[in-house]
Amino acid sequence: MPDTMGRSARGDLSRAGRARTGNDTTDTTDTSGATSPDGAVGSGRDEKVDAQVVGLLDADGVRHRDPELDRWLADVDAGTDEADATLLRLYSDMVTARRLDTEATALQRQGELALWPPLLGQEAAQVGSAHAMREDDFVFSSYREHAVALVRGVTPQQLTPVWRGVTASGWDPYSVGMATPQVIIGAQTLHAVGYGFGILCDAEREPAGAPGDGTAAVVAYFGDGAISQGDVNEAFVFAATWATPVVFFCQNNQWAISEPVALQSPVPLAARATGFGMPGVRVDGNDVLAVLAVTRAALHRARTGGGPTLVEAVTYRMGPHTTADDPTRYRDADEVAAWAGRDPVDRFATWLRARGTLTDEAEQRTRAAADDAAAALRAGCIATVDPPPLAIFDEVYAEPHAGLAAQRDAYAQYLGSFADEDEHADAAGDGVTRGAR
Amino acid sequence: MTTLTLAKALNAGLRRAMTDDPTVMVLGEDIGRLGGVYRVTDGLQDEFGTRRVVDTPLAESGILGTAIGLAYRGYRPVVEIQFDGFVYVAFDQIVSQLAKMRRRTNGAVTLPVTIRIPVAGGIGAAEHHSESPEAYFAHTAGLRVVSVATPQDAATVLRQAIACDDPVVFFEPKRRYHLKGEVDADLALADAEPMGAARVVAAGDDVTLVTFGSLVGTALDAAVAASDDGVSVEVIDLRSLSPIDHERVAASVRRTGRLVVVHEGPRNVGLGAEIAATVTERCFDFLEAPPVRVTGHDVPYPPARLETHQVPDLDRILDGVDRVLGRVPLAAAGPAGAARTEVRA
Repeated sequence: MPDTMGRSARGDLSRAGRARTGNDTTDTTDTSGATSPDGAVGSGRDEKVDAQVVGLLDADGVRHRDPELDRWLADVDAGTDEADATLLRLYSDMVTARRLDTEATALQRQGELALWPPLLGQEAAQVGSAHAMREDDFVFSSYREHAVALVRGVTPQQLTPVWRGVTASGWDPYSVGMATPQVIIGAQTLHAVGYGFGILCDAEREPAGAPGDGTAAVVAYFGDGAISQGDVNEAFVFAATWATPVVFFCQNNQWAISEPVALQSPVPLAARATGFGMPGVRVDGNDVLAVLAVTRAALHRARTGGGPTLVEAVTYRMGPHTTADDPTRYRDADEVAAWAGRDPVDRFATWLRARGTLTDEAEQRTRAAADDAAAALRAGCIATVDPPPLAIFDEVYAEPHAGLAAQRDAYAQYLGSFADEDEHADAAGDGVTRGAR
Repeated sequence: MTTLTLAKALNAGLRRAMTDDPTVMVLGEDIGRLGGVYRVTDGLQDEFGTRRVVDTPLAESGILGTAIGLAYRGYRPVVEIQFDGFVYVAFDQIVSQLAKMRRRTNGAVTLPVTIRIPVAGGIGAAEHHSESPEAYFAHTAGLRVVSVATPQDAATVLRQAIACDDPVVFFEPKRRYHLKGEVDADLALADAEPMGAARVVAAGDDVTLVTFGSLVGTALDAAVAASDDGVSVEVIDLRSLSPIDHERVAASVRRTGRLVVVHEGPRNVGLGAEIAATVTERCFDFLEAPPVRVTGHDVPYPPARLETHQVPDLDRILDGVDRVLGRVPLAAAGPAGAARTEVRA
């Protein structure tokens, strides 16, 4: 492991790490092969060094101290009303994300969505990291980062159209600073690096343009499966050699559909960073405070010329890969139960209640707001109408394209030819009529 | 006007584009200090600096992917793929990411990336250095594909491609890099022929010969040879491979009644098939003979000592002309590889 904020933090937080991972034989926080079917992967390495996970809030909701991480949390630790509001906002976003996830899963079961990739279990990793960002930062994500999108300002109603099959993008990337989620595994990490290089170029062209705490930065989200992709490894190379302001945020949720993380890597994913020449840090992905701290540290490094960091957020996908998946075919109930005991929302709530931040009234308010968001998501989803058929020809090119225009006209004419047969024919003959039947 | 080689004309076009627009950046392998293996980017890094003329790690998918990110940020990247056969490792970034991003984002994200690719064979090169992959990209919605044949087009069409808000695959015929011609590198783009327009480069009445890139010169030689034989050949430089200027081709075939399409890439599902099909659809009543294709064979590009059998040359083009004129029986599968025509008994 390279020298990083992770090193010192790891040293100090090994106690917290062990407190969580301890002697639990079903633990899969360690990628050394606990989830490996053959048990062969991960042998022969120094697990005591590599497997340690930094954290602040253990599974029982007990807060541990660490100067290296705590220094990034001065605002939330201040004990002021403002600090408490920030903590409640983190909690509220996690609760809302989970509630929306439940609603979207239900909508898929009810036939309103074609598919949904649940984030259940990954709320802390997403909400904590997303809250570390500034408005002028940019996100390139995979398709499971619904909570990141919410924090960036995407509305609940914008989350479902892609999964209903009416569009490939639920929002304008520039309006929220988050690219359209990527389906091709890992492809977005290169886009993040290029965007980050653009930030560097902008800063050189307009040196006075950046705020005092450094340039904007980019966060690339991807999963443990993506770590095997060539694009991700190329992204590491380009980012490290160009020193682009990028945080590679890997949510290691232990499973790439049916493939355990041990099949992707015999070493902890964060350890990959060493060979590329960037810091790597493993953080408890179910600990929203630790994730916030680690991501803030990595972003600060990115903003101030330190280049990229690989953050491995160790978490667990509690649900299926998507609603089309059946995880009971490839993983044990015991493993899922063990991870249920490390729930990111419950542990944060326990801590917030113990310190008096989360009152019964605040809890009720949070739940009510989450229910309202879920109702909005449902209403928006059901109200979504299919686009007109000829919309398939829109925005393929930025500039006029005679060939495609001719194809569009011919198809419009074809669709229009059905108008005479239909007493409800669309007078404009623009093809809506047939598409609606 | 200056006399420039095609490679120098590309260099002049890049320099002009970078001067005109500070968001234009050039990225690729060996393009900075070395100036590119063909020296197309020679001197640009000295002039524009390492932030605008960027040597990249040796990873083509990485080059394309980061160019997409730069374009996302508002830059106008021009990437160089060192050789045609190296582009395949970037295929996903080109066809799934670059080509689809505008459509995917409902028009919110515009990616004006230009991909320069030295293309085709005939230079005695090693394996993977002589490919003609244009059909893959012409098949992909969201991309524009162009192929230049003259120094003037090299300078002008490259500037047009860079200025275009759509991603453009820009093929450079490496065999013609040293071809010289008069070039006005500062030609106002408003006065230039549109990037998507085909051009009649030799007028004729008997046969329409459609080609592009490195074979335009060979086709012109064939037209001269055919005229010695009393055959008037019209040569069309397609210039744009996607979209194809079918109207210009059809207008010619309506006069000549005969079409020969020539390209170096393999025949199967190549550009010749698309052009022959479209001409047949549009000009069926004007055709005096079935369209003829003179193309590379459907084989992996052969070793250098055999490449003259893969790349259509003057004789194979003339054989195609003879075939479309009925001077060689269409039913025979000759060296030009003309399709065997079933003759109704």
